[in-house]
Amino acid sequence: MSFLNYLVSGLSLGSVYAIIALGYTMVYGIAKMLNFAHGDVIMVGAYICFFAFTRYGLNPFLSVVLAMLVCTCLGIVIEKLAYKPLRAAPSLAVLITAIGVSYLLQNLALLFWSSNPKVFNPIIPNKSINIGGLTVSYITILAIVVCVAIMIVLTTFINKTKLGKAMRAVSEDKGAAQLMGIDVNTTISVTFAIGSGLAAIAGVLLCSAYPNLTPTTGSMPGIKAFTAAVFGGIGSIPGAFLGGLLLGIIENLAKAYISTQISDAIVFGVLIIVLLVKPAGLLGKPTREKV
Amino acid sequence: MNRLKAMNRTTRTNYLTYILVIAAYVILEVMLKGGGLKAATKGMLVPICAYIVMALSLNLTVGVMGELSLGHAGFMSVGAFTGTAATMCLVDAVPNTAVRLCIGIIVGAIAAAIVGFLIGIPVLRLRGDYLAIVTLAFGEIIKSLVGNVYMGVDQGHLKFSMFTNELNMSPEGKIIIEGAMGIRSIPKIATFTAGFVLIMISLIVIFHMVGSRSGRAIMAVRDNYIAAESIGIPAFRYKITAFTISAAMAGAAGALFGNNYSSLIASKFNIDTSILILVFVVLGGQGNMLGSIIAAAALTILPEALRSFADYRMLMYAVILIAVMLVSNNQKIKDILKNAAEKRTGKKLAEGGASDE
Repeated sequence: MSFLNYLVSGLSLGSVYAIIALGYTMVYGIAKMLNFAHGDVIMVGAYICFFAFTRYGLNPFLSVVLAMLVCTCLGIVIEKLAYKPLRAAPSLAVLITAIGVSYLLQNLALLFWSSNPKVFNPIIPNKSINIGGLTVSYITILAIVVCVAIMIVLTTFINKTKLGKAMRAVSEDKGAAQLMGIDVNTTISVTFAIGSGLAAIAGVLLCSAYPNLTPTTGSMPGIKAFTAAVFGGIGSIPGAFLGGLLLGIIENLAKAYISTQISDAIVFGVLIIVLLVKPAGLLGKPTREKV
Repeated sequence: MNRLKAMNRTTRTNYLTYILVIAAYVILEVMLKGGGLKAATKGMLVPICAYIVMALSLNLTVGVMGELSLGHAGFMSVGAFTGTAATMCLVDAVPNTAVRLCIGIIVGAIAAAIVGFLIGIPVLRLRGDYLAIVTLAFGEIIKSLVGNVYMGVDQGHLKFSMFTNELNMSPEGKIIIEGAMGIRSIPKIATFTAGFVLIMISLIVIFHMVGSRSGRAIMAVRDNYIAAESIGIPAFRYKITAFTISAAMAGAAGALFGNNYSSLIASKFNIDTSILILVFVVLGGQGNMLGSIIAAAALTILPEALRSFADYRMLMYAVILIAVMLVSNNQKIKDILKNAAEKRTGKKLAEGGASDE
């Protein structure tokens, strides 16, 4: 394999991280909370798609839509039941609740679907094409295309629509947004819904590339995507995109050229160095503290 | 009684904590000697002690210092591996197991303190969620690195290698740490008494630190960073002191933990372990040491106690965790508790006034 090959497969992995990181960063930007359960929503999405597509032979596109619908509802329900009552609570309490939700989802999955790994059939044919001597699989291309599409749609949504404007307002100042007549609760729900819907897509893409599905499939990609969000500057959507891509590339190159055992350590090491040089992440705005 | 009244509230709580810990130890020790404990419970005593010390140590960082650390298992890992390796190297040199365990715990604490100090230098310059994510990153890095260490003793020499087993041992040599396989056939010399002593030492260190000048400085930095710096408190220096002490305690807990099992692998000390300990601290109450002790003990026993629920036990654990967070942060319940407390203190004040006359 050549350097370019590693780079492209890193880009594909990075696209998946970027999609997950978008969910983290949007929720963080608007609700100022680390949603540790996000990784497990990915897992749920992947399971739904697995059952719809592999078990019941549904159309792959419909299966993904179904997974997105279920995850969107799941995201809204989690937000309403677990996070909304804690809006005024200290951030650590919300963090622990999110961890509780994460355990809950993992254990529900364990009960319903058992811990036996499921072999996920890729939603598109597992073939590859040759572009100028470079062999690229369809899934790799799909992941990159989907990620770029999501990025464009999301940026347009945030910048051009009324709801997007409301989101930006709520993330800047909840109280002031409410005074301007913005329904803060709905806006937060929509954010969770979008984030969770994206998580379903990420789950499908992730399991198409790494077809081993267990109840804990989502946790490590979740943590890495969260790292990616911080890397790019948490709260910033282009930051999540950039962070995800860079993280995927660094991870793949580290695996290829240094050592598979410590590729995670290298990824986290780069994160630490970036944060020390730019404490708000690559594209994050530095905040000034007022006295 | 009068002296008890004359003490301030903090001192009283501190003594109460000491007394409860000692009482719990005496009761459990009597039950152990009398054979009133099930084998499963007996096996959990040392891990509970280790988790309690971990919770106390993290409470120093999260509760007293006010910084969220998501990588505390990393320090535990460093302590566990160095401490256990030390006790295994000293099997022939120090025949007395209690002394050997003590040396192991000290080695673990020192190693973790050094790592904590080095990590603290960059980490403590960051704030809030960024600090949390960097501690998480360091925790994962420690996990990856420790899982790739090879160490052996060969004719009185220590041999190390990273990533691949290049120790080139002679036939008499003994491999101690074997990469991802970790340490095997550990003699299991940890005892409940050692755990109790470690908890008491941790409590003494924390209470003295919190009550001291540096403790007040650390809490001032926690409550208002800018105000504290502006009156000349060197925030960074105090923070790194507290962080190093916290890491040392976690290392000691790790050494105790490692010496309790027959095998030890690096992947045990992952983010889940860090989060588990954070849950102890938050449920017990930040800055509340007795709360940490109770939460650590209760939550370590809880999965065992829920064993009758079989497959549902971790589900129950998750539900209980969410429910406790929701209930304890419910504004209505908070108001009711506050009113009740006000009524009680109000009554006390009235009674106090009456008896003074």
